Amino acid sequence: MAENFGILFQWLIFLGVAFVSIVASLLVITRKNPIHSALFMVLTLLCVAVLYVLLHSPFIAIIQVIVYAGAIVMLIVFVIMLLDLETELRSKLKIVYSKVIGGFLAVLFLFGILYTVVAKFPTGQTGSYTPEKMATNVKAVGEALFTDYVFPFEIAAILLTVAIIGAVILSKKRT
Amino acid sequence: MQVVYLLIETIVKCVVVFACLMLSVAYLTWLERKVLGHIQIRFGPNRCGPFGLLQPFSDGIKAFFKEDLVPGNADKAVFVIAPMISIIAAISMFAVIPFGNQFTIPGTDWVVKLRIADIDIGLLYVFGIASLGEFGIVLGGWSSGNKYGLTGSLRAAAQMISYEVALGLSIVGVIILSQSLRLTEIVTLQAGGFWNWNILYQPAAFVFFIICALAEINRTPFDMPESESELACGFNIEYSSMKFALFFMAEYAHMITVAAVAVTLFLGGWQAPLPQLDFIPGVFWFGAKVFVLIFFFIWQRGTFPRLRYDQIMKFGWKVLFELTLVNIFITALVVLLKG
Repeated sequence: MAENFGILFQWLIFLGVAFVSIVASLLVITRKNPIHSALFMVLTLLCVAVLYVLLHSPFIAIIQVIVYAGAIVMLIVFVIMLLDLETELRSKLKIVYSKVIGGFLAVLFLFGILYTVVAKFPTGQTGSYTPEKMATNVKAVGEALFTDYVFPFEIAAILLTVAIIGAVILSKKRT
Repeated sequence: MQVVYLLIETIVKCVVVFACLMLSVAYLTWLERKVLGHIQIRFGPNRCGPFGLLQPFSDGIKAFFKEDLVPGNADKAVFVIAPMISIIAAISMFAVIPFGNQFTIPGTDWVVKLRIADIDIGLLYVFGIASLGEFGIVLGGWSSGNKYGLTGSLRAAAQMISYEVALGLSIVGVIILSQSLRLTEIVTLQAGGFWNWNILYQPAAFVFFIICALAEINRTPFDMPESESELACGFNIEYSSMKFALFFMAEYAHMITVAAVAVTLFLGGWQAPLPQLDFIPGVFWFGAKVFVLIFFFIWQRGTFPRLRYDQIMKFGWKVLFELTLVNIFITALVVLLKG
């Protein structure tokens, strides 16, 4: 009885969260006010985090919240606040081309996702770092990052450093 | 039946923690005004009840019956949601804090652990929720449709992002020492007397953590988003009645939570300072340590003036960030050399 109760509970959470995340992501692209869009993006990201928890991956879930919902969307909100929203809202700028291209791309990606979900792909070989090990164990993630994947890790670090230096130089006043 | 018992236990713990937290918040406002009053050689609240002890309740009733104003050019939905985000984040951070050891209910073999959730990534959970709580302040200022509010929230966003970096780095030393992100394990490793507490192994990290935490909860000398003298209360300038009270409560709840995290990471959590004193329940020690830290927070508010905005940003990026990095390197080096 206890197990059934747990499974029922998980299903209820899954359905609720999945529904909310879809509705919120629709609202992200339909709201006029960019701040509202950003907020619904936070909601979507939180729902995805809950889905990760349901998949027994709390580490990924909390990283999702810290990095995306906390830091990145906060930066987006910060930039939007610095802009003058009122002129943006008053000028009834219609962007037709981007809507057509964006819609086309969205449909393309939807089919891509459906194809990968429906068609069966080979799962590949399992190494020493199984998904189960990586999901809950922060130590395993760190070990994998600093042994097998140290080269991509360092490359990403250099790229980010270059980007930061570039941003500083570009925003510097020319004297 | 096991599930039902577990559910009842969790609900009881949630209710008790929530009630204690709210009561502490109420009396923290009283304590702060009283202590600040004595620091400034005045009495502080002393009209409601003996020593002004009923002051929090009279404040609450006043806030409840005040007119609830929403400014004309405010973003109404966000304006209402912002204080809720603040208070929900402040309270839910407490879910992973271990505030005591476990005990067995007499007559049964049901063990009650004195923490609501004991999760693998407890420390990261605290940081995740804290980063969400910032939205409350930032959105509150923006949605008021007021330029002082907007300035306050811009400052809040920049300051919190900057100090979150140093805050995250300052605790890495503790994580290296305890090899775990589970708060219960971090506390258990500090058992057996005050000489095992992390503060003795990571004194610099403790200082950095306290400084960054003060910036994160927007207290003097880092209360830039509010700064009454230049921004006229900043992000909460347009808030009145219960919405203002929610922001106010969130600020104090944040203070308690930050003190609780500092106690858990550096001051041995619920552990007694001497092994001989173990017979006193852990909840008492936890409360006492949290009280000491909170008293320090109030004390330094009465001591330090507010810094300038550019000084705060400079200090965060050019001093704290480097020092926390150096602390990590030294800690890692020592751990490596000791094997």
